[in-house]
Amino acid sequence: MKSDLTLFRRTRQLETQIDSFFDKLSESSVVYRLAVRLYLREGACEEFHGRLDRVNALESEADNLRRDIERQLYSNTLIPDSRGDVLGLIETVDQLMSEFEASLWALSIETPDIPEEFNNGYRKLTNMVIRAVDELVLGGRAFFRNPHDVPAYNHKVMLYEKEADIIGTNLKRSIFASDLDLSQKIHLRQFVEQIDNIADVAEDVADRLSIYAIKRLV
Amino acid sequence: MDPLVLIFLTSGLFLGGARGANDAANVFGTAVGTKMVRFRTAAIICSVFVILGAVISGAGTSDTLGRLGAISALPGAFMTALSAALAVYAMTKSGLPVSTSQAIVGAIIGWNLFSGSPTHTGTLTKILSTWIICPVLSAVIAIILFKALRIASRRFSIHMIVVDAYTRIALIIAGALGAYSLGANNIANVVGVFIPVQPLPPMQLGIVEISSTQQLFLLGGLAIALGVFTYSRRVMMTVGDSLGRLSATAALVAVISHSIVLFMFASRGLEAWLAGNGLPTIPLVPVSSSQAVVGAVVGISILQGAAGIRWLVLAKIVAGWVATPIAAGVICFVGLFFLQNVFGLVVV
Repeated sequence: MKSDLTLFRRTRQLETQIDSFFDKLSESSVVYRLAVRLYLREGACEEFHGRLDRVNALESEADNLRRDIERQLYSNTLIPDSRGDVLGLIETVDQLMSEFEASLWALSIETPDIPEEFNNGYRKLTNMVIRAVDELVLGGRAFFRNPHDVPAYNHKVMLYEKEADIIGTNLKRSIFASDLDLSQKIHLRQFVEQIDNIADVAEDVADRLSIYAIKRLV
Repeated sequence: MDPLVLIFLTSGLFLGGARGANDAANVFGTAVGTKMVRFRTAAIICSVFVILGAVISGAGTSDTLGRLGAISALPGAFMTALSAALAVYAMTKSGLPVSTSQAIVGAIIGWNLFSGSPTHTGTLTKILSTWIICPVLSAVIAIILFKALRIASRRFSIHMIVVDAYTRIALIIAGALGAYSLGANNIANVVGVFIPVQPLPPMQLGIVEISSTQQLFLLGGLAIALGVFTYSRRVMMTVGDSLGRLSATAALVAVISHSIVLFMFASRGLEAWLAGNGLPTIPLVPVSSSQAVVGAVVGISILQGAAGIRWLVLAKIVAGWVATPIAAGVICFVGLFFLQNVFGLVVV
């Protein structure tokens, strides 16, 4: 009986940890969006650095959670038939969080000079990327409780990723059609690609998630 | 007590060991094969509950075997049990979940042929029909249970980790019940042939008297437990892993279906209830737990599109089912000939 209670306590703890791992991703996406919008308005101000620090902290917390979840899954031989998939999922989600962090660090270090005429394009791109990540968070959570719902969320991830690609391409076109120096154009393009890349990684995670969900449903 | 009695009983105990190795796999194979329950945990629970089932409710199915062929001499009972054990042991060594029930039936018919006793065709037909009904029934129950679990899992949105914990506990409970049913339903196969001979004198333990039959059931149960610990691992892996990849939920469904089928064929209460309500009764026959579990696994695989079934492994298992009673019958016949003509023992 004691071991049964321990099993349920461990189970609850692990369930909370997995939920809170996805909370970190969700929070990162919100903070990232606020940070980019802040940068577009006020540049690398103190508040922007505060947001960057928050994304860094979230990434570290998610790292610790990931390690703990991995350790528990293996040391307690939990969910033997889905263990590899769960580990694959949280590792790729962790990469996604690193993308947020890397993008904000690049803004902080390189402080690109973004002309106001392109602000709207960057804002739209960021919004679309964040939408893709938010749907991924929902899909990731559904994988653990309702694997049947995963395809619906993944479908939206794909849609938003495609939309982000279109916005990114248009933004790059308008950057290169402007009178800016070539060096600045290349610099601005790099940031378009860096933001857009977050949606690409989200799509990669969604692709994996689709397979994992199918495996659970078979 | 004649020391020869103990020597003769060894064949029954050997059969018990072979049975333990084989049938524990049916009860816990899917759980161990899917790594949901550790082998050690499975072996301990299985042994305890098999012994309990054998000693408490073991008498239920002995009658049917007794009707098939009433072996009257101890050396004859020895050879019958030994030939069944040899047939099962050989199959178990090759990792196949064969049926001890089938082996003992084959061996009894071997004894009947040798002794010139008539085989009760009605009983034989009843037993043979269960060899088909049992796996089919198990497959049907597995399909119904699996569908019900799928619907429930969609409706209640339980976290994967929580489902895992519930499944583990359910596997252990279902396995314990399965082991109990196994002991109750199948102990007749292990020591049943010795019951008419009554080789052990009643034992007085304080105010409790342990009859010869109960001592036989206890010894048989202990032998099964020994078999569980020594040779069952490989068969568990065949049942749980080689036949078709099973999810943890499917493993649970397989164990429950197997236990339900074993219960249906062992329960005098159920038989009385069915008869009382004017329904057709299920014969009280020591059915094959191997067939029950293989039927369940195949049922689940069919529901999943049958792509996961390894037909070659399944064909090997079914071939084992056919070969086992024939092999046991032949070994018994030849063995009895030697006991009678070479060692000069009375086998009939």
